[in-house]
Amino acid sequence: MNRTRRFISQACLLGTLLGLATPAALADAPLHIAVAANFTAPIKLIAADFKQQTGKTVLPSFGATGMLYAQIRNGAPFALFLSADSRRPRLLAEQGLAVPSSRRTYAIGRLVLWSPHAGRFGDGGKVLRAGQFARLSIAEPKAAPYGAAAQQVLEHMGLWHSLQPRIVRGQSLTQAYQYVASGNAQLGFVALSQIALLPPARKGSQWLVPQSFYKPIEQQVVLLKRAANDPTAKAFYAYLKSPKVEKIIRRYGYEIAR
Amino acid sequence: MDLEPVWLTLELAGVTTAILMLVGIPLAWWLAHRSGWVGALVGSVVALPLVLPPTVLGFYLLVALGPHGPLGLLTDAAGFGTLAFTFPGLVVGSVIYSLPFVVQPVQAAFEAIGRQPLEAAATLRAAPLDRFFTVALPLARPGILTGATLGFAHTVGEFGVVLMIGGNIPGQTKVLSLAIYDYVENLQYHEANLLSGGMLVFSLLVLLLLRLIAPRQAGLRP
Repeated sequence: MNRTRRFISQACLLGTLLGLATPAALADAPLHIAVAANFTAPIKLIAADFKQQTGKTVLPSFGATGMLYAQIRNGAPFALFLSADSRRPRLLAEQGLAVPSSRRTYAIGRLVLWSPHAGRFGDGGKVLRAGQFARLSIAEPKAAPYGAAAQQVLEHMGLWHSLQPRIVRGQSLTQAYQYVASGNAQLGFVALSQIALLPPARKGSQWLVPQSFYKPIEQQVVLLKRAANDPTAKAFYAYLKSPKVEKIIRRYGYEIAR
Repeated sequence: MDLEPVWLTLELAGVTTAILMLVGIPLAWWLAHRSGWVGALVGSVVALPLVLPPTVLGFYLLVALGPHGPLGLLTDAAGFGTLAFTFPGLVVGSVIYSLPFVVQPVQAAFEAIGRQPLEAAATLRAAPLDRFFTVALPLARPGILTGATLGFAHTVGEFGVVLMIGGNIPGQTKVLSLAIYDYVENLQYHEANLLSGGMLVFSLLVLLLLRLIAPRQAGLRP
């Protein structure tokens, strides 16, 4: 009995505290943004830098571009969408969920064939044709643009059908990377950004796939309609264009659209 | 509409349930007659999948089944290669993941029998194994049916473990829950709806069946 009463009084106290805290908390509510998995590492740096500059917290949610797009279509509360392609931001703009004029290419991605073991291969094309591996990891082509690019590369090389039994698919690029990093797949197509900053000892074997093998991965950002008038969202959107951020993006192996 | 994930899921659940019967019934018997801290510890380990996120299990399995993990080294040495992204790998994961759903109802059934029937059989000179097969098992039938049904249904509904160690290979590891996930991801809501609706009806029928075969069966005890 006594315990129940104490619990109720504590609950009331907590409720009061929360109630008092709410207006203050709203004033600097974190900015939620949706970010394609390949851009995980750079956006963390960019967000930390933005917080230093403005004091505002940016909270990225990572996933496959397709999944994030589906979530936004269904009302997910994101302010910005940093996609791994241009198609889905365009669709969001057409559907009235994003501000059409805000759509721009913030990075151009590169695809790499990677193994965590140095000396596993020199020429990735050769190792793929010779089939000197048990499993090749890619991201799910329908959901992840880097997975679609991997499919284009294998189709270009005429290996897509013959390699089917050996291809494993991660639900996002991060998972495709994880399959190779954990050694469960010997090789994998990943984004250059995922391995660009690995220490030399862990660089492994890499083959930067020639750009002619796949359509350029133009990664676009859009400001979502629900945040069109949010000052923090607009500030972060503008910040993404700053020379400082472009330098960070380049450092991760992306190109910047001119 | 591709029905392959449906057959693959039923196959996985069938194989898993068969293995769980072979492993789970003796384990439940042992737990039912074991008190003290060893029994408590083993019982708690068996119950872990009830409370752990499947991703925890999936993550450790991915590492353990990998070329440097203990299971991976074992299967590799035995000439099977590594099990991640294979059907046998999913079976290993599912057996661990659904273990408590089989062990707990069966253990409860064994405990409910009490000592008397077994002692009576012993006075009639029935050997221990004989007592187990002719007295304990028939008396525990509702519990065993419950365990089998729950184990099967729980495996059908698996997602997190498969997501982590499956690799989404059609015909090998692309089970129902992954197929639904893919459809949703690609905004193919019609297909997602068909599969999800089927799962919903199936699950409801299973739970209804459980209530009919064992109306007073003790539930799960995390």
